[in-house]
Amino acid sequence: MDDNLKREIILDNYQDPFHKGLVEEEGYCKVNTSSDSCIDNLDFIMKIENNIVKDIRFDGEACAISTSASSILIKKLIGKPVDEAKEILLNYQNMIGEEEYNEDLLGELNVYEDISKQPNRKNCALLPKVAIEKLLGGLGNDK
Amino acid sequence: MNQEDFPMLEKDIVYFDNGATTLKPKCVIDKMNEYYYNHTSNIHRGDYDAAIQTNQEYDHVREIVGEFINCDPNTVIFTSGATMSINLVVFGYMRSHLKKGDEVLLNKAEHASNILPWIRLAEEIGIVLKYVPLNDDYSLSLDNIKKNVTPNTKVISLAHVTNVIGDVRDIESIGRFCHEKHLLFHVDGAQSVPHMKVDFNNSYIDFLSFSGHKMCGPTGVGVLVGKKEYLEEMNPLCYGGGMNSFFEEDNSYELKEVPTKFEAGTPPIAEVIGLGEAITYLMKIGMDRIQKHEMMLKNYLLEQIKDISNIILYNKNSNSGILSFNIDGVFAQDTSIYLNHYHICVRAGNHCAKMLKDEMNIKNTVRVSMYFYNTKDDVDKLVSALKNSKDIFKIVV
Repeated sequence: MDDNLKREIILDNYQDPFHKGLVEEEGYCKVNTSSDSCIDNLDFIMKIENNIVKDIRFDGEACAISTSASSILIKKLIGKPVDEAKEILLNYQNMIGEEEYNEDLLGELNVYEDISKQPNRKNCALLPKVAIEKLLGGLGNDK
Repeated sequence: MNQEDFPMLEKDIVYFDNGATTLKPKCVIDKMNEYYYNHTSNIHRGDYDAAIQTNQEYDHVREIVGEFINCDPNTVIFTSGATMSINLVVFGYMRSHLKKGDEVLLNKAEHASNILPWIRLAEEIGIVLKYVPLNDDYSLSLDNIKKNVTPNTKVISLAHVTNVIGDVRDIESIGRFCHEKHLLFHVDGAQSVPHMKVDFNNSYIDFLSFSGHKMCGPTGVGVLVGKKEYLEEMNPLCYGGGMNSFFEEDNSYELKEVPTKFEAGTPPIAEVIGLGEAITYLMKIGMDRIQKHEMMLKNYLLEQIKDISNIILYNKNSNSGILSFNIDGVFAQDTSIYLNHYHICVRAGNHCAKMLKDEMNIKNTVRVSMYFYNTKDDVDKLVSALKNSKDIFKIVV
């Protein structure tokens, strides 16, 4: 993907993030996520119905990378069965960690394919993954 | 001034993160290496030449501290840093001298290290913590302190200079007030002792805490100074070798005198000796000159930065070399990552003053904190980077 296009997608999602702002409704689980290496601090809520990720929302203060990654990841995961959501998270984690991954599963998330060149930004990109993983109870296969 | 003394400044960097830690001059590094190369030995117990030299140098640092902040050298306790010093005051003295319902006055601009120990003590023994409201410019006035003193107030604990706003509190007046009202007065000097003349004996301070690494010294060493009569009643937090006179099978024991009774185990010897060298170095430059230079630079920065329309300043009136700001619409950490692209070292975040958001309505800021080795050229580089910040996301994304 062209660098300018990547930057445009990241900035669009940073400046106008998808599902930013929490709701007070029943059926949601909530986690807070922050890291020792940065000052990002985000809350995530998620609703699962019939083993399908019905909704994810987030709010808080964070940098351009973690805010945009939250936005793009949420778009990608809503509507997916839990197993498929876990599969996407696992592949996303592998991409950031410079391990083997299936880029076809990641769509717009591929904008972060080079983030490993800036090691101090890896945690930013992984912040929403860590939060959503917690909400899903880990990335293991329940079957 | 004195850039040539700092090996780190041989790199192409602008170091504006002095509130977090300062760079170390070669003389301090050499002094510590000299201990490791030439007279490594423990203190207190050796009869050989190296140990005698180490002992003399270690003890001499108390005299250096005494001269530096005008206090009795026998009341200088070496700790691991300002955080440990404050914990020693809170858990070593206050725990046994305060009781349920006693009030401690704090304020929301304080660093975590001057709030969390108190919160823990409140949990333990039921003291009440009260936060004196700040003024509109986030400074703290004696008037507001007076308004919050009740018959139950026993302690006032505050930073001499706060680490986000950088306002210099009038500790002489506050100290005098505490003295008149028989309140205990603890001062966190972590951001003041490195930057200005602090006079312990003439300020009615009961306890003063500060760190070595924020004043050209090594990490892992700090100081607590206290009034002798309070230190004599203070309990150590650590027990072990070096601090006892005897101990017996029937559980009887006797501790050594102040300050030795607070320094159990092998202390950070190289670090204490390094701290002594750092203080000697600072005294040679002169604290008044240091303070003046920092204010000159801060005013120079304010003059340059005022024409950049998208910069929000939070503390332009404070009398120290600390400037907290944000670029409008940019997350603080993105700004610090952007500045790193120009090798400009600043800090982004809440700077451990996590309650300050209640007063400022903003959680995170970028903080520039200066020291005597910063130059107008450093400021020019920062201002130039900030002027170019329209393209910030081309760099940070």
